Parts: sequence; structure tokens; C-alpha cells
Amino acid sequence: MNEFSDNQILNKERPFAPQTQKRRQTDTAVSWVFRLATYGILACAAYIFGDIIVKGAPVVFRAEAPFINVEFFTRSPETLVVFETQDGTERQLAFSDYSQWKKDNPGVEIAKEHTHSYSGGGILGPLVGTALLTIICIVIALLIGQATAIFLNEYSSKGRFINVIRLAIMNLAGVPSVVFGLFGLGLFCLFFPVITTASELRVEGWRAIQLFGTEKYLAFQGWGTCMLAGGCTLAVMVLPVIITACEESLKAIPMGFREASLALGATKWQTIRTSVLPYAFPGMLTASVLGITRVAGETAPIMFTAALAHKDKLPWQGLAVNPESGFFGRMLSQVFGFFTESVQAMPYHIYTVAARIPQSEYTRPMQYGSVFVFMVLVMCLSALSVFLRIHYRKKMKW
Amino acid sequence: MSSSKVLMPTEENISPPAPESSAVTSSHESSQEETEKVIKVNDLNFAYDGKKDVLRDISLEIQGGEVTAFIGPSGCGKSTLLRCFNRMNDLIPTASITKGSIEILGTDIYDQYVDEIELRKHVGMVFQKYNPFPKSIYENVAYGLRIQGIKDKATLDQSVEESLIGAGLWEEVKDRLDASGLGLSGGQQQRLCIARTIAVQPKIILMDEPCSALDPISTATVEDLITQLKSKFTIVIVTHNMQQATRVSDKTAFFYLGELIEYDSTTRLFGSPAVKQTEDYISGRFG
Repeated sequence: MNEFSDNQILNKERPFAPQTQKRRQTDTAVSWVFRLATYGILACAAYIFGDIIVKGAPVVFRAEAPFINVEFFTRSPETLVVFETQDGTERQLAFSDYSQWKKDNPGVEIAKEHTHSYSGGGILGPLVGTALLTIICIVIALLIGQATAIFLNEYSSKGRFINVIRLAIMNLAGVPSVVFGLFGLGLFCLFFPVITTASELRVEGWRAIQLFGTEKYLAFQGWGTCMLAGGCTLAVMVLPVIITACEESLKAIPMGFREASLALGATKWQTIRTSVLPYAFPGMLTASVLGITRVAGETAPIMFTAALAHKDKLPWQGLAVNPESGFFGRMLSQVFGFFTESVQAMPYHIYTVAARIPQSEYTRPMQYGSVFVFMVLVMCLSALSVFLRIHYRKKMKW
Repeated sequence: MSSSKVLMPTEENISPPAPESSAVTSSHESSQEETEKVIKVNDLNFAYDGKKDVLRDISLEIQGGEVTAFIGPSGCGKSTLLRCFNRMNDLIPTASITKGSIEILGTDIYDQYVDEIELRKHVGMVFQKYNPFPKSIYENVAYGLRIQGIKDKATLDQSVEESLIGAGLWEEVKDRLDASGLGLSGGQQQRLCIARTIAVQPKIILMDEPCSALDPISTATVEDLITQLKSKFTIVIVTHNMQQATRVSDKTAFFYLGELIEYDSTTRLFGSPAVKQTEDYISGRFG
């Protein structure tokens, strides 16, 4: 650069010497604008991750074996009690531990005591809830999404109707997530049919249909706030992503496979099943893992439909069973009971501890710990999808 | 240009002795007396969009046990006609024949009682771009039988071996049947596709420019194979390569702009074409 900035060489004897400094300066300036914009993103990401890791990791990890805060992963959120005994030592205990401690130490007088909601215990409940919601969502979304993608790509012929369907899918992708939440509330929680007894009937008129010859009713009264409703809502939300991604992976399969299979006397479904789907599967898998990462972090769709801030029991605990019904009936009611349990969920839990309780230094560990765990989980899933894609790309080449 | 290289007079070559050792199925050997018309096209018109005919007034009869070549410049409709024979054009929703009929083995294949799935078992097809499935060599050949529901290992083994022998590929791949079909060379992949096709034991094999993606040596191998195969199968081959037509075919049909210009024995069509357009095309004046 130095020899160029030297004005002496800006003369006509050297034909390729830079004629004006200004053009060079503009060039450098522009390149720095672009560079800084890119570095800015890096800085933001680094700050976010750094802050969460610095403040969250100490909550999750321990210096001595087993190196992990086991309690954080094996207990559900509870109220944190912070109290000071007469001798001036300050203790922090989850509410249930506190009751136990008071029983064990009846003589000790407590000087100061204050509580912080949701800040004690661990995050088992939300973790389980999010896992279940995501699994339900992805199963439903994959079933419907893949079927739709196969129909659109393999069976449908081009026409107006198909364009309308595509438009609908595109619009579905544009609906804000809170609208999905309300839609799920209206449809799944308050309208979808259940079979119920007269005592639990909450609707009347045409929405309550007595099943012939029994005491039961087919009632359009919804499933209530439960993980099935939440999973379905999330599934509807993620459908456009899944459909588009599945369709792309189907489109990537060479036409030659289909033609060769058909020319050998295969039916259309045989062709799709044996010469298209197996090769489109990796792409679909990647898409669904990406879909999982998307829905796992959604708060709005589940806050009306599935999630509770506080819940003592895990969803499979304490399911009501009618002892008089037969084995099959018990199984059925248990399965249905399980899916119609409400759950805690990570995003909603984070929202609760971050925005709905008074903030203090005692609530920090739960806040940062939850965010840290959740972030690591979602990042692992993203990494998994990238890994799967690379792995199958290598394996499936043609 | 290459008319002096014309190989064989037709009639003598139709019925070669079928050797016992080869992979012929017995049903084909008895078909010597039925050297009648295997494919019969009657006054056919075909349109992709239902309006504009890309094939017009095509009538021709294809003899059993022969290799028939379709030649002509790009877009003349020769591939379209070929794909009518196993109803591959059905994949295009708007495409249909607009006039006439095609009879294969005496049956109108566009009749409402004809199932194109069944038809394709009898009329196999080899494509321009070799397209083995990304499966093992064995599974590629067994595919056609598997989709017909054949599960018996011995039957499959035997069929795979016979088909690979029939396609002249057995010696090259018999030690690595479990290796991916995509690991083979281009010519081998195309012969694998031919093996896959003959495993279903069709009566007719349609070949849509089978050598256009191959190098000259692989092309020669595939051409040899075609001449061997015609003892067991009726072969219709679309080709851009006129020398190839003279080397492998007994009869040649010349198409131009959707019409059948001339159809004759290869010797006569290349030696003394009756139509001026044919002569211009084969002598390289256009096309």
C-alpha cells in the first residue's frame, strides 16, 4: 500500500499506477462496512452465548463428581425459600426441603424468611414436557406432512387446485405463532370430540351425542389444556416447514429412478415406496430434526393449549383409572389420560421465571440454568441435523 | 455414408439356434413360428397437450426377433413413439394418442382393459441415461421380481445370475454382487440396467438411445450385447447414431417432423433409400 500512497509515483510514466486516491479509499471503506456488519453478528452471538454460558454453566455443572448438578435435572421447579437462622447463616432450600428441614430442626428459630416462586428445585418437569410435546408434534407433523408432500410431488397433476393448496401452505407459514396458539385453544382444547361420561359433560345440544345404548357421550367439548392439544397445535405450525422440506427432498430424487421402476412393471405406490422414499428419507429426516428445533422453542402456541407454569406431577404420574373397566378399557383410558395431561414446558418455564416473577439474585440460577440447558439442547439438535445431512449426503450419491 | 458397412441381410438372422446353456427361458424358444408382427402401429397420432400432434399418421409393423432402429433428427418423435409402446407417456397427464392404435402381441394396448403395469412387464425399457438404483448389483437385478412379490431366495439367485449372464456382465461382477451398482463404469451400469430389464423376462425391449452416454468401447460392448439379445427378445432401439443403426439393426425406420418417412430393412434403407429426405439425412446433409 505504501508505494501507492506515495504521490510521487502518481505520474504518467507509470501507466498502471493508481490515478486517484479517492477510488481506493472508497473501496477500502466499503469493504470495512461489510466486514463490520459481519463481525457485528459474530459479536452479538458471542455475547449471547458467552453470557448464558458464563452464568448458566455454574448452575448445571459441579466441581466434584458427578460434575453435574443432578438435582437440577431430577426435580421439578418449586418455590425457593431463603431464610436466615438465629446464628446468621443464610440457607436456600426448595419448599419441600424447607418443610422437611423445619421438621428435622424443630428448635431452630428462623430470623428472616423470603420466598421466590419457581426458583427452587430443578427443571425435570419442563424438560419432560417439552420432550413429549415435541415428540407428539413431530409424529403428527411427519405423518401429515410427508403424506401431503408425496401427494403434491408424486400424484397431483399441475392445475388450479394444486396452486390453491400451495398458496394455503405458504399462508400457513406466515401465520403468527400466537394466532396458532389461539387457534389450537379453540379447536383442540375447546372443540375436538371426546368420549366422556354424563358427569363430565360440559356441553349440550348437538355437541353432546349420547352413544347408543351406553351412558357415554361423544362430546365436542375439546381435550382441555393438554399435551395432545399442544402437540397438534405445534404440528399445524410446523407443517409448512415439513411439507416444503419433504417436497424438496422428493424433488431431488432423479426422475430416472421412477421411470426405471415403472418400466419394470411396478405400480406407482411400489415405485414411491421402493425407489423414491428410501432415497428421500435422509432429507426428510434432516427436515424433521430442523422442525423439532423450531417447535421446541415456541412459547405462544403452547401457553394456551398445553403448558402450565406450575405442576407437581409428571404427566404419567397419578393417572385416574376406573378399576371396573376391563384391561383394554383401562389401557385405553390410561393412554388417553396420559395424552390429555397438561405439562410444563421449557420455553414457558423460561418465560415464567424471566418475566412473571420478581427478579432478584436468588432467581438468577434458575433463569440462567434453564436457558443454558435449553440452548444446549436445541443446539445439539441443530448439530444433529447438520451431521445427518452430511452423513447421508456422503452415503447417498448418484 | 456408411452404407457399405451394413451387416446382415434380415430374413436369415431371425431364427438363430437357441443354445441350451444360455439364459433363455423356454417360452421364447417356442416362439420361432410366431415371427409375426409383434408390434403393430395403425395410423397413429399422438399429442402431448391433447391438441398439437407430435406424431402423425404413423403406421408400421415390427417383426418379432428382430432389432428395429428408429432414426431421425432430434424432436422427430422417435422417442415419443417408443414410449408409447410401454405407455410411459402415461406419466404425462395431458399426453394421449389422438388417433389410431398400437397393437402389441395382438392386443390394443390403449384399450381400457389393458393395465399398463402388466404391459410393462412384457415390454421392458432401457433408458438413455443409465439409471441403476443406488442399491447393490444383486438388488438392482432382483428389483423387478421383488416388486412382483417373488421372495424365494433360490429363484431370485437364479434369475439374477441368468440375467447378468444374459447381459454379459456376470463374469465382471460375480464376486461383488453386494457392491453398489453405482460403483460400476458407465458401460457396466448400462448393461446392469439391461440385466435388470431382462430379469423380468419381457417379450420386447425398448431402448432409448442406450449408448448416447457411453464411450466408444462401452458402446461396442452394448452393441454386441444387443445383437446377442435379439435371439430372445424383440428389440426396438432409438438412436442418433446412424452407424449404430447399421451395425445392430435389421430394420430401420426414419422419422422426420413427427412422420414416418421410410421404413425398410436396414440394408435397403441405408443402401438405396427410396425417399429423398432419407437419403439427405443418412448422407449427413441435414439433421
